[in-house]
Amino acid sequence: MIVQALAFYLFAAVLTAAALMVVIARNPVHSVLFLILAFFNAAGLFVLLGAEFVAMILVIVYVGAVAVLFMFVVMMLDIDFVELRQGFLNYLPAGLLVGFVLVMELILVVGAGSMNAGAPQTAVPAAPPEGMTNTEALGRILYTDYAYLFQVAGLILLAAMIGAIVLTLRAREGVRRQVIADQIARTPALGMELKDVKPGQGI
Amino acid sequence: MVIGLTHYLTLAAIVFAIGVLGIFINRKNIIVILMSVELILLSVNINLVAFSAFLHDLTGQVFTLFVLTVAAAEAAIGLAILVVYYRNSGTIAVEDINLMRG
Repeated sequence: MIVQALAFYLFAAVLTAAALMVVIARNPVHSVLFLILAFFNAAGLFVLLGAEFVAMILVIVYVGAVAVLFMFVVMMLDIDFVELRQGFLNYLPAGLLVGFVLVMELILVVGAGSMNAGAPQTAVPAAPPEGMTNTEALGRILYTDYAYLFQVAGLILLAAMIGAIVLTLRAREGVRRQVIADQIARTPALGMELKDVKPGQGI
Repeated sequence: MVIGLTHYLTLAAIVFAIGVLGIFINRKNIIVILMSVELILLSVNINLVAFSAFLHDLTGQVFTLFVLTVAAAEAAIGLAILVVYYRNSGTIAVEDINLMRG
């Protein structure tokens, strides 16, 4: 039990620090790297909670796809990030105030909720049902009760994929492309030209 | 030293507040704003998984998957719009984006 508590505090501390560094890092590349660290620690917390499948999905989807996408965009765009940080200190007091108020409100709500007698006080996270892994139990729910929502999630991803491709696809001018129809339509008669070369004159 | 639901909810509240703070203090850098939105969605996921574990109900984890899906789609579309905007205007400073007089 004490090992779990120590692991929770370790993951929580690193997650909070990494999240803070995402926000205040000077270089956006560092922000992306700290975001990856934050997601890894959140995945560790999920493992502690017994949600192994979601933890692995978090690592695969976020670290493998979303963070790499952010990294590509940060590195491809030629932006002066120093200029974008102008006014950072101007916004800092208001941001700190709002953040402090927000976290205090949320903690008050959480504290008041846990004072209720009806609130769950189970210290031990739920074990998966007998003889079933977390993934299997999740799949049984996802593919039966939430089958339609699962399909809708797939549609959302399809729409996002098509949208991203349509948005970024462009036909640039001045770039010679392969025209396959012209290549197929080309015949030997078009490709060859016979010249009658006189002896001793050349072309 | 027993880690209860309150610990997880407090952690999620802190991460949520850090995400909101990031939106406030990085007003000009839209890439960091998008990353802050990802942090906020991560805190929501922590809440869902914590409730799912402590209430012994797997539905929370199912909804975490849906939140993850929407977050991935949002990041892809947001970054695609960002790339197209940069290609057209040469800048991504948020205060310069006032074409619609918003």
